[in-house]
Amino acid sequence: MSTLDSKVPEGPLKDKWTTYKDKIDLVNPANKRKIDVIVIGTGLAGGSASATLAEQGYNVKAFCYQDSPRRAHSIAAQGGINAAKNYQGDGDSNYRLFYDTVKGGDYRSREANVYRLAEVSGNIIDQCVAQGVPFARDYGGLLDNRSFGGVLVSRTFYAKGQTGQQLLLGAYSAMNRQIARGKIEMYNRHEMLDIVKIDGKARGIIARNLITGELERHSAHAVVIASGGYGNVYFLSTNAMGSNVTAAWKTHKKGAYFANPCFTQIHPTCIPRSGDYQSKLTLMSESLRNDGRIWVPKNMDDVMAIREGKKKPTDLSEDERDYYLERRYPAFGNLVPRDVASRAAKERCDAGYGVNKTGEAVYLDFKSAIERYGKEQAKIHNEENASAQRIYDLGKDIVEAKYGNLFQMYEKIVDENPYKTPMMIYPATHYTMGGLWVDYNLMTTVEGCYAIGEANFSDHGANRLGASALMQGLADGYFVLPYTIGDYLSNDIRTGKIPTDTDEFNEAENSVKTTLEKLINTGGTKAVDYFHKKLGVIMWNKVGMSRNATGLKEAIAEIQELRADFWKNVRVPGGVNEVNRELEKAGRVADFLELGELFAQDALTREESCGGHFREESVEIDGEQQGEAKRDDENFTFVSAWEYKGTPSEAQLHKEELKYENIELKQRSYK
Amino acid sequence: MNLTLKIWRQKDAKSPGKMVTYPISNIEGHMSFLEMMDILNDELIEKGEEPVAFDHDCREGICGMCSMYINGEAHGPDRKVTTCQLHMRMFKDGETIHIEPFRANSFPVLKDLMVDRSAFDRIQQAGGYISVNTSGNTQDANSLPIPKADADLAMDAATCIGCGACVATCKNSSAMLFVSAKVSQYALLPQGQVEANDRVLNMVNQMDIEGFGNCTNTGACEVECPKGISLDNIARMNRELMKAKV
Repeated sequence: MSTLDSKVPEGPLKDKWTTYKDKIDLVNPANKRKIDVIVIGTGLAGGSASATLAEQGYNVKAFCYQDSPRRAHSIAAQGGINAAKNYQGDGDSNYRLFYDTVKGGDYRSREANVYRLAEVSGNIIDQCVAQGVPFARDYGGLLDNRSFGGVLVSRTFYAKGQTGQQLLLGAYSAMNRQIARGKIEMYNRHEMLDIVKIDGKARGIIARNLITGELERHSAHAVVIASGGYGNVYFLSTNAMGSNVTAAWKTHKKGAYFANPCFTQIHPTCIPRSGDYQSKLTLMSESLRNDGRIWVPKNMDDVMAIREGKKKPTDLSEDERDYYLERRYPAFGNLVPRDVASRAAKERCDAGYGVNKTGEAVYLDFKSAIERYGKEQAKIHNEENASAQRIYDLGKDIVEAKYGNLFQMYEKIVDENPYKTPMMIYPATHYTMGGLWVDYNLMTTVEGCYAIGEANFSDHGANRLGASALMQGLADGYFVLPYTIGDYLSNDIRTGKIPTDTDEFNEAENSVKTTLEKLINTGGTKAVDYFHKKLGVIMWNKVGMSRNATGLKEAIAEIQELRADFWKNVRVPGGVNEVNRELEKAGRVADFLELGELFAQDALTREESCGGHFREESVEIDGEQQGEAKRDDENFTFVSAWEYKGTPSEAQLHKEELKYENIELKQRSYK
Repeated sequence: MNLTLKIWRQKDAKSPGKMVTYPISNIEGHMSFLEMMDILNDELIEKGEEPVAFDHDCREGICGMCSMYINGEAHGPDRKVTTCQLHMRMFKDGETIHIEPFRANSFPVLKDLMVDRSAFDRIQQAGGYISVNTSGNTQDANSLPIPKADADLAMDAATCIGCGACVATCKNSSAMLFVSAKVSQYALLPQGQVEANDRVLNMVNQMDIEGFGNCTNTGACEVECPKGISLDNIARMNRELMKAKV
């Protein structure tokens, strides 16, 4: 078994990045003009990387499957972005952000990468403000902050409930400036279907033009994968409909190790599913947990009465309610990290206390917050004898100002007024911490192929804290990759343009063509969604919020069977050389059907509970933490990096041992 | 619910299109409009017919990709929602629903309900940015206080999702609401002042090159905008344009 070299620089943690930057090789401006870089994906990571690399002088080709780079799914992030600015003077620092991220990730991320992330976080805010991103401000005109789960300081910057949108539009505007200069060639409605390697190095891609159906060859001196996460392997998730693993998976099949595929974040506050026709799930921002209290009824009779419509949640008195997070975790209460909150909801619903027809929903209640704010406002306005209605009205105004757009979104979907009756929520797949293995330079195990943002694995360990995804995407794209890639490209100043009429490109294009034709000509009878939904059910039931060896082995067998069925019985109407949405979906689901198996394999191998990965065999038996997840640091303090060997089940495991020199490994306690 | 759908079908940009009728049954009020379209497509595929091509992605009203003209309204009968957030409870059993692409000369149809909105990207490329390098050597974010009222107004303008409903709704196919939202965001912020004149001139110029019509202040765009972008932005852009020209 080979050992993976993370290439973390020597020296004290705090100096690593600075020393590294001082010592790397640079490419002079004249030579940058001779170097091409391909970027796949235009979300926060890909968009920011494209803009910065183009500014520096490289020739960038950026690709996205949407009709405009502005539509990448980073746009849907609601809550905010973390940065260790300490503007609130509450004791925040780079070290504290680093510490919270490593602890929140349940000690399965790489120290040096996370510290670097914390170190550049402040710069992101400066940069975005300079770009004209309209962050929320206080009456003094300075930037406002709020608090998120799993931390004890206020370090989250936000733009209403649309922070991802505003940050992405910032990166998009920086891209536009470079597109106008001709430094970025933008390929909208294009999908990467393979990566091309020459002499072991990533030198180009095969992309399909989604309008004409033509296969195109694009060469470059380096390829950057910024294609996001693979949450859609569950079919239902908060990801966009088109979000997919294809670019990352094709790269994996060409030699990039896939790390920790089983680390997936199931977000606790999403709108529950309402029927089989459902196509996606909608997130309700974690920021709601600042003011919302989560509960289910204490008595089974009330549960039944509510499900049958005989009682309303508002009929239940305080002592008939079980605020289970406050009961189980008095220190953090409703603001425990996401993985803990999700499992607690599942525990109550599995025990039969779910409050909707499917039995998979809990309440998120703003009654106390409305009352609390109302009383405060009444006091401010000197209204000593304010009626209950007056207090409600005053409180409602405050809650509306804070979360109005989320409440409106909820009402549009569910057709219930969340100011009057508690919201119903249930966990849903949201983010994938796993991804392509990268070293400190963000390079995969394929030389010259980089992975940034959600597509890589490096910063969030086994669980990501809220408002950290936006931070990582922009840190990688604006501030990390532009340095590290230069060090690599400094060896390519004499290479010249990479030709695309070579055997390697021929071979890659032919293999893509064969796969597309195979999908079109299968002659089956079932739509792609039929298989995708089936895969989703297997993943959710057996590789979801809680996992055990028996279930995982069954999942592997079932996914293999489903994959065989797919290749025999899928029906893709239309042709290859035209707009063909079913063909696009079929290709993506074919890759999910392979990834799903590796995902289950990884979960089976990791015989410990950590972060979002909960193995039923590994729980605390007694003591204060009884029933909580039990991590096994002695045997599992490593990153699983899987090497493709022909089929997903034959993948070979490589381990990167994680060393913690600056943080003591402790059990996470939110009690 | 049982419904009759009349949908615009067009093979590609060059072929002529036509309305085709599809009956659909067992639709529930809780379904979203696009989930209803998914069901139709699955039925078509099982029958061996080609599914209806339409743009969509996030399905939570923020990416701006979905773009259907439903019963004569961009994004359909509900207010402040995109097509993906429209729910079937807005329709009645037995109703006939007309579904067309966003129509405008500057948004050519690509296939069925998909249109090409790259004109919007080109307008943004003409000046929808602040010329600052992403180097990380900028000043501290709080060294530039911005009055809350201005920041909030800039944010309101910046929430535009670039879907094109304003253009599809306008009888002149004008893109003024879209362009003015970007111009306003930067006009309201100190960071945007340095390039303000060039920005508005270049963006308006590109808007004209793309063939969008003029604004005659009917206000239809504001009514149909899923994000409630205000007409005030158009007034602000006109002022900015005047300032830049004199």
